[in-house]
Amino acid sequence: MATSTQRRTPNRWQVGRLVERRVETPTAQTLVLEVPDWPGHLAGQHVDLRLTAPDGYQAARSYSIAGPAVDGPGGPRIEVTVQRVHDGEVSPYLIDVFGAGDPVEVRGPLGGWFIWRPEETAPVQLVAGGSGVVPLMAMIRARRAVGSKAPFRLIYSVRTPGDVIYADELRRRVRDDFGLDVAYVYTREAPEGWRGEPHRIGLADVNTHGWPPDLEPLTYVCGPTAFVETVADLLVGLGHPSRRVKTERFGPTG
Amino acid sequence: MGIVSPGFQGRPRTQEPALPPGQYLTEDFPVLSAGPTPRVSLDTWEFVISAENGSEHRWSWQELMALPQETPMVDIHCVTRWSKLGTNWQGVSLDTLLADVDTGAHFALAHSYGGYTTNLPLDDLRGGQAWVVHTFDGAPLPAEHGGPARLLVPHLYFWKSAKWVRGLRLKTMDEPGFWETAGYHDYGDPWREQRYQGD
Repeated sequence: MATSTQRRTPNRWQVGRLVERRVETPTAQTLVLEVPDWPGHLAGQHVDLRLTAPDGYQAARSYSIAGPAVDGPGGPRIEVTVQRVHDGEVSPYLIDVFGAGDPVEVRGPLGGWFIWRPEETAPVQLVAGGSGVVPLMAMIRARRAVGSKAPFRLIYSVRTPGDVIYADELRRRVRDDFGLDVAYVYTREAPEGWRGEPHRIGLADVNTHGWPPDLEPLTYVCGPTAFVETVADLLVGLGHPSRRVKTERFGPTG
Repeated sequence: MGIVSPGFQGRPRTQEPALPPGQYLTEDFPVLSAGPTPRVSLDTWEFVISAENGSEHRWSWQELMALPQETPMVDIHCVTRWSKLGTNWQGVSLDTLLADVDTGAHFALAHSYGGYTTNLPLDDLRGGQAWVVHTFDGAPLPAEHGGPARLLVPHLYFWKSAKWVRGLRLKTMDEPGFWETAGYHDYGDPWREQRYQGD
């Protein structure tokens, strides 16, 4: 019976409520939602959030889940990190209007491919462009939560230091989570004292900060389409087999 | 109707042509793929239909281009919720490719360079509903959108329109493909909003 519940629940819309909001960057916020019948999920999965206007008009979008579910007094809580999309229909509402206690319809977890399973022991390389870091952060947090010793490397490309989502937590995790390395690529503006010029991610970045193909790592790449195309091509060129490289792309719409 | 979201208005309602439920219009052409984009040379490219009795029909790139060409203008609907209207393609109808194939199969598993697969009822590939296309908006189809050639089955969600397609395996039994195994719907009719298993 538990099995059939777990199989069905992701397909049902249920009501979640906003219980907490954290500002990550000037354009990204994390929303913590209380979802009483949440069935659990794997790192890398996403949820659909659906909004309804008074005239019945609806708009739904997918958001990556940012970490493991946690228990709250009203039931399980999940969090998503929302990047404001200029001229977007849903993200400006979620960031500017959606208030504590407000309801939102939730459906999930969704997606059975771009996932990291805690029993995996292979080295993992994560390559993030901008808000593509969200599902990859979910993997880093899941690794910590289960005490996995799989070695992880994150290469995180951002425009400027101010655009780093989860900046404080990443600093802390690099210090405390044994076997986790994080390297940054800055495309517009690098921090004070940074060696090298701002640049788009290239072969040297992936080669220097990723795992060599000999170690047969699992690779997850998430970001805008052009970023993912570039990185996936580099990885294949470096000798990583395509089937070990999982990608998730988001377009300019949302 | 769902529960009303306090303060949510949404985009101004327009008199646009109706979209399938849960979809929104885009002018862009977003990309959805599970892995790196395969690069396929036209010199070695081929398209193979293998029937359930083991017989194979094979076309090289030159042979595909020599077949009668059609220019479908169709609306496409991605399961990630974008729809794009009036897209222009050129390619060969599956009716043409299936014409000489002797089969009693009811299902097809499309397979691609790079390993992607997706399953469809064979009837959905017939009757002017499906093509192998190589040109988009008058230019060769870019690799990230499935070039050199992809399947185009616009009446189903766009993941059924396999990118980098290299052939069809005709089957008497339905066999789920890549996304279908990962929790997406077996058939994927956007008008019935068949996104996920159980929809």
